[in-house]
Amino acid sequence: MKSEGERGSGGYLAGARAVLPLALATGVMGISFGVLGYSLGWGMIVPIVFSVIAFSGSAQFAVASVLGGGGGVVPAIVAAVLLNARFLPMGVAVAPFLKGGAWRRALEGQAIVDASWAMASRDGGRFDREFMIGATIPQVILWIGGTVVGVLVGGVVGDVERLGLDVIFPAFYLTLLVEELRGGGQTIAVVVLAAVLALALIPFAPPGIPVIASCAVALLGLRGRSS
Amino acid sequence: MTALWITIVAVALASAALRAVGPILLGGRELPSSANAVIALLVPAVLTALVVTQTFSEDGWLVLDDKAIGVAVAAVVLALRAPVLLAVALAVVTTALARAFG
Repeated sequence: MKSEGERGSGGYLAGARAVLPLALATGVMGISFGVLGYSLGWGMIVPIVFSVIAFSGSAQFAVASVLGGGGGVVPAIVAAVLLNARFLPMGVAVAPFLKGGAWRRALEGQAIVDASWAMASRDGGRFDREFMIGATIPQVILWIGGTVVGVLVGGVVGDVERLGLDVIFPAFYLTLLVEELRGGGQTIAVVVLAAVLALALIPFAPPGIPVIASCAVALLGLRGRSS
Repeated sequence: MTALWITIVAVALASAALRAVGPILLGGRELPSSANAVIALLVPAVLTALVVTQTFSEDGWLVLDDKAIGVAVAAVVLALRAPVLLAVALAVVTTALARAFG
């Protein structure tokens, strides 16, 4: 979102507030992950620890999917790393706006999650550090809390997918994307190209690769700038 | 059991590293202005990829299912300049209904 003005210490709160509707969906997906992990025979501790130390829904579901499907350790790790490879360019983008020495920056970089990162972006390639961190905290709490609930209730809740809540993520990203599209010409070209590229790669490339390929489309920004 | 622990610890370390590499290597350096143009476009590029893959991709397959109907409804509602939360809520209701009766 492009709105300016929510800076300084108020930024944390603004970020937390803005992300709340999505964070509720994150909680439900956490429940879903806890149920899935427990059903795979991981017990109660492993799914919870996984959510605490990895905090990455897409990568965690990928690991569950590979291991649950009889795959090995290496394919599971590779699948997760490919899915999270997008954090690399996202981290580069936000880096100039984080604070402190190397360790502090590495720690603040852990606040990079899709929704927080996108919502904290501002005009001209800048990012609102406080907003991003503030938006990540409720998602962390609800993801971990959801996982705990999920392993506790086990099979009781059944398939949360029936509720349609998983559609919140693409729908929410779409609302953020619509805001971006108000940026005009080059943004529209990037969105069209990125969409075509991702769609074309989905059937052929492993999950994660289409996202990285779409990131490369942003290099169009090097063109058409008379600087 | 041990293989499972190795997997989750490795994935956690890799995720942490991927999030930390950019911030550590770049430090607080300002990026050149040409990079700023790329980063400004990285946001819509990432969002587009997330919308497309989370809507049309299932375990590496291209799919067209109830989720696409929900996202399409959200797109129409947003095009009508309705509130963001209404668009998301209608997407959820549509997808749930499609799953219930599909």
